[in-house]
This record gives sequence, C-alpha cells and structure tokens, in this order.
Amino acid sequence: MDMSRPAQHKKAVEIKDVSKAFGNFQALKPVSFDIYENEFFTLLGPSGCGKTTLLRMIAGFEQPSTGEIALRGTNIQALPPHKRRVNTVFQSYALFPHMTLEQNIAFGLENLGWPKERRTARVADMLRLVHMEKFAGRKPQQLSGGQRQRIALARALAPEPEVLLLDEPLSALDLKLRQAMRDELRTLQRQTGITFVFVTHDQEEALDMSDRICVLGDGEIQQLGTPADIYEEPSNRFVADFIGETNFLDAEVISLDGDRATVSIPLGVTLNAPQKQAAMGSRAIMSIRPEKISLSSQDGQITTEGTIVGANYLGGYTHYVVDANGTQLRVSKRNSQSRDRTLEVGQSVKLSFAAESARILGA
Amino acid sequence: MSQRPKIPSWNVLGLLPAQLIMLLTLIIPVGIIILVSFSTRGPYGGFDYVFTTAPYKQILFNEGWSGELEFNPQYLIVVARTVILSLATTIICLALSFPVAYFISLQKTSAKMLLIYLVTLPFWVSMIVRVYSWIIILGNDGVIAKTLRALGLGENMGSLLFTDTAMLIGLVYSYIPLMILPVFASIEKLDPALVEASHDLYGSRLTTLRRVILPLCRPGMAAGAILVFVPCLGAVLEPVLLGGGKTMMMGNLIQLQFGAARNWPLGAAISIVLMCAVMIFLLWRGIQAMRKEGREEGA
Repeated sequence: MDMSRPAQHKKAVEIKDVSKAFGNFQALKPVSFDIYENEFFTLLGPSGCGKTTLLRMIAGFEQPSTGEIALRGTNIQALPPHKRRVNTVFQSYALFPHMTLEQNIAFGLENLGWPKERRTARVADMLRLVHMEKFAGRKPQQLSGGQRQRIALARALAPEPEVLLLDEPLSALDLKLRQAMRDELRTLQRQTGITFVFVTHDQEEALDMSDRICVLGDGEIQQLGTPADIYEEPSNRFVADFIGETNFLDAEVISLDGDRATVSIPLGVTLNAPQKQAAMGSRAIMSIRPEKISLSSQDGQITTEGTIVGANYLGGYTHYVVDANGTQLRVSKRNSQSRDRTLEVGQSVKLSFAAESARILGA
Repeated sequence: MSQRPKIPSWNVLGLLPAQLIMLLTLIIPVGIIILVSFSTRGPYGGFDYVFTTAPYKQILFNEGWSGELEFNPQYLIVVARTVILSLATTIICLALSFPVAYFISLQKTSAKMLLIYLVTLPFWVSMIVRVYSWIIILGNDGVIAKTLRALGLGENMGSLLFTDTAMLIGLVYSYIPLMILPVFASIEKLDPALVEASHDLYGSRLTTLRRVILPLCRPGMAAGAILVFVPCLGAVLEPVLLGGGKTMMMGNLIQLQFGAARNWPLGAAISIVLMCAVMIFLLWRGIQAMRKEGREEGA
C-alpha cells in the first residue's frame, strides 16, 4: 500500500496521453499519470528516455505532439511559459550573469508585479532559506557551484510556484556536495510544501529523495511507484536492471498461478516465486538482488553450491562473484563485524536465497 | 608561491620586426604629420619648416589683414556634421543589426554560415563600386525615383542624391557589416537557458529582450559601435559620391587641404585634432570598461 499518498490528495499536475515527436523521432510515446500536491515526484531514466522533454512540456518550453497537461485542474496547453505558475531549476542553473543574487531572485517577483516592500522581504526570506544572506550583493560568477545551485533554488521558489521543476540540478556538483544537497532539497521541499518534480538519471538520488518515482525508458513509462515498490517489485527487466544491481537468470515457466509462477532455473532447481508479465511456454527471467543471497545454507531456502571467482572489498560491504553450476551470480555481503573474514577466490561456498525475494519477469 | 618564469631580456628582440613595422608605418608618419601641422604653409603648397601654431588657430579663427583673430565657425560646422552623421549612422546600424543578427542566430548551422557569408560579401567588392551603385539607386532617374513616379507619388520630390540623407544611407550601407558581426557573435554566446529562465520567471518577450538579451549583448554592441563610429568620422567616399561634394565631412576637408586648397599645415592640424578626438573617445570607453570590470571583481 502507498501509505504516503492518501487518496484525498489533490492533483497538482495531470499528464493525459502526452507524447512528443521531433520530426520522425518519437521522443515520448503517449503517457498518462498524475502528480499530487506536496509531493516529491521523480522522473527517472537513462539519457534520451524523454524525461527532460516531459519536464520541458510542463514548463511550456516544448509543446506536446498529442495529449493535454493540466495544472491544478486547469488545462495549461495554450499558455506560454511566462504565464504558467511553475518555475524551473535549470541544469546549468541559468543565473543571470549581469544581475546580483538579489536581482536574480527578485526578477520573477518584479514580473509578477509584486510591490517593492513585499519583494524585498521575500528576497531576504529566500536568501535566509538557502543560507546565502551574506552574499546578496554578489554576482553569480563569484559563487561556487553549490552556492549557485542554492541561488537557482531560491530564485525558482521565490514566486511561490504551484509546482517546482528541477532538471538534473545536482549533476554539475561533486559527489560530496551532491550528497549534502540531496538532504537540503528534501528539507526545502518539506519546509515549503511545494510540489517538486525532479528529473534525474541517478537511481540512487531518486530512491533517496522521492515520494514516488516514475521510471521512464525508451520513451514510455516502465513503472510508477514508491522507491520501495520500484526496488522490490520491479515490473519488468528494464526496471530491475536500471534500479540498483541485480542478477538475471534464464527461467523456464513450468506453471502460472495468477501473480505467482513456478519456474526452473539453471542452478538446477525449481521454485515458486512472485511473477509479472511472464507467460507459459515463453522465455522468462528471474531477478534476484545481490544482497538477498546469503553465503551460507539456510533452512527452507533455495540452496546451491558455488565457487568464489571474484571479491571486491568496499568497506561496509564485500561484493563477491560466485560461479554456481556455470552461472555467475553477484552476491553482496555486509561486513557486520569488524575484520570480518573475506572469503578467498577459489573457495567453495554454499549459496541460499528465499524464493519470496526472487522475481519472475517476462523477458 | 609560484613565481612568474623569468623572460630572458634578449627575448624582447623577438618583437623587433613588429616594432619596426609600427615605427615605419605609424609612429614616423604620425610624427611627420605633427611636424607639418606646426609648420608654415609654403608659397606654392607644401610647407616650410618654420614653427607656428597658426594652423590650429585657423581651425577656429580667421586671421584678418592686420593679424586680428575673427571667429570662423565654418570648420566647426564640418566637425559637428561629421559627429552627428557618424552618431546617426552608428545608431541606425545598431537598430538594424540587432534583428538581423538575432534572425541569423536562430537559423540552422548551415544556413547561419551562408547568411554570415552574405553579410560579409560586400567586402569582396571595391568600396567605390559599392558606393557608386547607390548613385544609380538614389539618382533622379534611379530605381527609387522611377518607382515612386510610376506609382504617382513623389512627383515633386527632389532628387535624393547629393543630400545628407543620401550620405547617411551610404554610410549605414558601408559600415553595417562591421556592426552585424560583433552583435551576432555576442548573441551566439548567449546561453539559450537564460532566455528560457527569463520566460520561466514570468518575463514576457519584451521583458526578456529588455532585461536579459540586450544587456548581455551590450559588449558586442559596444564593439560594433566603435567599429562603425570611428571609421565614419574619417569617411571620404560617401560624402564625395553621395553628398556630391556640396556638404563636407572631416575626411573631405582634410583631403581638400592637401589637394586643391594646398594648405598642408591646416590639413595636418585637422588630422591631428580628429585623431586626438578618436583617441580620447576610445580611452574614455576603455577606462569605463576597466572600471566596470574592477567593480565586478571587487564586489
């Protein structure tokens, strides 16, 4: 159950059968979904999946080839970007280089015709919100990447948009800063209560921050759900592959029973596990996450034997590659005790996993 | 601390060829002109090297028979006309260049190259030929006059040729590529995301033009303004061919002094005044630009 999104939540953005073609190239096949008020919603996918195109259509920089977009129940199809109550944080930040930070933040407010006192107060509030009040009179060139990012956020939040659009805003930052900005973004979203629509190709970022994630691939929606839904219950091979790490094993469907399937896998075992889109007589795959496999035999679990062929020590975890009956499996083991013994390459091990942790997917 | 690498002193010799060219083609000739401007007019043209400031006084005053100075505005009028025409040319070029450059910047790369090539195409044809062609267009039996007459308009319109308007048209035509190119370059450098950001922040097309695009293209427009204004001050061809020699600009005045009037010292003096005016103008612009940069760094 999706507990964080009660049914009474109002719709902030409605996407109805929206598609986009550039000439002969179909960038986005018709998609439909709703984004709710006060939600941190993420469009996730590899480059070229149509996620930025979708964001630009909400902002008004691109026109959909088909379909409609509504903002708080009003069709905004005919409105130019400057008449839509949405603001964008651009990937390159796009701060006006000839204006001070204050002027940058005030720009939207001036265009909306806010009176001067209200404007000044709002700009001061925004600078405080992003902890940049000391820099008000500076120009964007004098800031670091992270500071520019904050000003871009402040500028986009200042006019109190109905929806804030963020186009890969963290991609230009270094790793450490990116991590800090994730928390800051999440906090900002909670503080302001504004709906965030966040575009990224980084699945870790998406899992970390989002209330719901829409996974896009090949110009269509692959799956839409909470981070846990998407990680634990991937609806197809694309999602299982794109989000996190996983092992894929060829599976032969023996029998189907609603949302469960009995399959035989190359490890020489037959198991009954939850399934999606698998069909009798056709090829299917089984997906099992590396951390769901344990390197010991457990009662009541699928158990097999293998040989360690690779080991990568990563501090908190050690990643092993195990050869089991000719199939290479990736296994992730938490180093739960100090100086946990690392298993040697060439060592024989027992492998086990719960059938409930595996997912059978149509290939 | 990093130290600047020491440059061996003999390395300066590498600059010698350039310095030699500067010396031979710029410094010595300007020196000669300065010398001439302080000389006495020779009896049959040319000059005798006898120091006098008379040529400079002559720019503003007539010398009576008994040596008294009488204010004479005729040269000042030429200076004023030159400055006004040059300013007008610069402003018209600016106003026309911006839409042209913007239009070009919106095209596909291949079309862009073609259009920029077309803008520079006139440079491949001799200046005289190009200015001459305007005589055919503007003349009494020219394209414009004939068309107007055929339409029943402008029956009693005088010839466009040999007027200040004709000169202005000629000047704008001659120098506009020098404006389009730098303006185009600055528009090309403009990040399209900034235009989108302006629209995104509720800026209408006009607001975006006024508050984002134009301010960011200012360096290109300033460069273009200098490239047009400065050569305009010294324009010779357009006044002769299109102004019909009836109205003079400073370039013609100087030419006249060295030619028919045979008053080299006066011609030299006017040249020096023109040169100083241009240098003061450029210096002022340079200081302004430096101050602006300083402000931005120091803020």
